[in-house]
Amino acid sequence: MYSRQTSPKEGAKVILGNLLSLAAENTPLSETGEWIANGFFYVVAAVAVAAALKMVTTKNVVHAALYLLVVLSSVAATYIVLGAEFAAATQVMVYLGAVMVLMLFGVMLTRAQIGKEDNLDYDHKWLGALVATAMAAVMGYSLWEYFGSKTMPDDMAPQRTSEVSGEIFSTFIVPFEALSVLLLAALIGAVVVARKD
Amino acid sequence: MFLNQFLFFAAILFSIGVYGVLTRKNGVLVLLSIELILNAVNINLIAFGAYHQDLSGQVFALFIIAVAAAEVGVGLAIVLLIYRNRRSIDVSEADLLKG
Repeated sequence: MYSRQTSPKEGAKVILGNLLSLAAENTPLSETGEWIANGFFYVVAAVAVAAALKMVTTKNVVHAALYLLVVLSSVAATYIVLGAEFAAATQVMVYLGAVMVLMLFGVMLTRAQIGKEDNLDYDHKWLGALVATAMAAVMGYSLWEYFGSKTMPDDMAPQRTSEVSGEIFSTFIVPFEALSVLLLAALIGAVVVARKD
Repeated sequence: MFLNQFLFFAAILFSIGVYGVLTRKNGVLVLLSIELILNAVNINLIAFGAYHQDLSGQVFALFIIAVAAAEVGVGLAIVLLIYRNRRSIDVSEADLLKG
């Protein structure tokens, strides 16, 4: 592949082209690759669960919003592990960008205290904890029962943005258009509801 | 990679979100917890999409992200309205329908 006359610049081009074609082929992950992906996922998941727990227990409204930011970015990282790159990009743009700004505006406009606040939770927290634990137990049991030994396919390929857009604009074109109308309706509705007069 | 590691992650996030919805009084915090629940569902959809090598999962996750954005807009407008009328976003005080 490399002739002696190749200039460094062209050599770099060849290497880059090889890398890209390697990434384009759906080669299964090597054992090390899978090990790295797994480790990355577990670290991200641990961070997300810890941040989520802090989010529902913290006494500071702004901190809760910022902990949610950590959870949402960890979820975007999980999408990357699953090969859903466009969903990850959308998650970062829509959730981390737009929704979080909206939430912080909500915090500011309702004049929540910036510091600690004591009156954020109901007194009967144990009931909520009971329901949540029961739910986690039921879901965990059924997941374990039905998907206990299922592994992700070895030739798991990333789902490319072009494929996703092809799917949206062919099979799912009607829901997509309906969604556009829904977004417009929600926008107008929010403006009408929140208007000052 | 097991399919279950993603599903368990989603289930745990979902339960934490349910706990948040049930225990928080502040309207904005309830909305934040709902976002957590919606994200857990999205992880499930994308995990199954990757498991079956089917694009529908990712497409539906994108739809849910869009609907969630609309939901946050309308939800925050309602919370703002409650705040303007009652000077408080304590959802336990919004009990006009209680007989």
